[in-house]
Amino acid sequence: MNNPGFLQLVGFGQQGWGAALLLGAVVTMALAVSGFAIGASLGSLAAWAKIAGGRISHAAADIYTTILRGVPDLLVIYLFYFGGSRGISAIGHLLGAEGFIGFPGFLAGALAIGMVSGAQQAEVFRGAYSAVSRGEIEAAIAVGTDRWTRFRRIVAPLVIRYALPGLGNVWQVLLKESALISVTGVVELLRQSQIAAGSTRQPFTFYFAAAVLYLVITTLSSLSFFKAESRFSRGMRRS
Amino acid sequence: MDFRFFADTLLRLSGGIPLTLLLALISCAIGAVLALCLAAMRLSKIGPLAFLAHAYVFVYRGTPLLVQIFLVYYGFGQFPLVRHSFLWPILREPFWCAIIALSMNTGAYASEIIRGGILSVPHGQVEAARACGMSRLTQFRRIVMPLAIRQALPAYGTEIILMVKATSLASVITLMEITGIAAEIISETYRVIEVFVIAGALYLAINFILTRIVQIVERWLTPYKRGRSVLPPAASVDAGEIA
Repeated sequence: MNNPGFLQLVGFGQQGWGAALLLGAVVTMALAVSGFAIGASLGSLAAWAKIAGGRISHAAADIYTTILRGVPDLLVIYLFYFGGSRGISAIGHLLGAEGFIGFPGFLAGALAIGMVSGAQQAEVFRGAYSAVSRGEIEAAIAVGTDRWTRFRRIVAPLVIRYALPGLGNVWQVLLKESALISVTGVVELLRQSQIAAGSTRQPFTFYFAAAVLYLVITTLSSLSFFKAESRFSRGMRRS
Repeated sequence: MDFRFFADTLLRLSGGIPLTLLLALISCAIGAVLALCLAAMRLSKIGPLAFLAHAYVFVYRGTPLLVQIFLVYYGFGQFPLVRHSFLWPILREPFWCAIIALSMNTGAYASEIIRGGILSVPHGQVEAARACGMSRLTQFRRIVMPLAIRQALPAYGTEIILMVKATSLASVITLMEITGIAAEIISETYRVIEVFVIAGALYLAINFILTRIVQIVERWLTPYKRGRSVLPPAASVDAGEIA
């Protein structure tokens, strides 16, 4: 019996799963990036509602962030995956289709982690906005900029600068949450290693390889957030 | 609205509460001990120990919890050495695998919180303790630890909430806690929204009670802050204007 070694199994040779695992890592990245983008739009909307919204929009944003931060992410993923399938099947029945129609797992997963991440990003944006000093905005008003210019030139750059460390944390959390999407069958990094583990009967080898790949992704992204932070603080005095 | 389904689901999901709480409680307890050891290693002057603790925290915070659970539950069985050792009766049980993975995970996060708390203790306090002639252990027990706990408690409360949410992953390795039962009901009935609302409400209730408990403990640990609210309103307005 020939037992391939660790490097052979996770390598790129004939028996290797290296290419499949790397492809899984790319899918994981794609999931995380789309989830982060969805989260950024939801988060800034909710932060705006909390800062400047009326009573109703403020309450809605509060309910959104409280629920999505208090409920396990796995439940949210189930909600979108099964709920999406149910909704799309109902629409299919109206149009005359038969039986069960599956909701695309990638879309459900990205929406689910995007919703969760949006609740976290809302708090980050809100905190960052409150860190912008009144003086900066007053100075902008004094030189006669209109609201939109003030937002674009003064408020937004400062908010991004203050929000970056928090956004970095949210990104790391999101990246690790994306592993949960594997339960819906999307072939991302963890699902791919599950498949490999099943077909080679070497679970430790492949989960270990997955852990290493996740570690590489999180380390590289924390490095890039560090870079971005120093780039956005060029105009800041160091204390 | 189907009221009977609502009541039935609530009853079935409530059956998962004890397991959810048990998982969170045991792993938080083991994790706290582990975190204390890791924080002590990290802050010690012994190079290899500090490096080891740093590496542990780096690895555990950089990988998804689900991967860690799979490594413990499926991974260790790959080695005949483990399968034939005295550890196998434990590593065969999904419950203990979940406990091991969850507590090792929270240990890494909590050790950073405790380390931050210890580092926040003002140096003057330690110097004063040393001037009084306290031994290192007494210093730690009487001065550093109480101050560090106060500082770290809010962040630790957040970590406990995260742990309650993390126990939902145990359902992936066949444990029937709240999320596991919820997934079962969803796949039986396809009534996603109702089940989500009830399960979510249960988690929110647990987390709400836990935050209240942490707040009470915080209040109890910081008696010197309790008098603050008695200040006359006029004084606080003045202070606000100066600031």
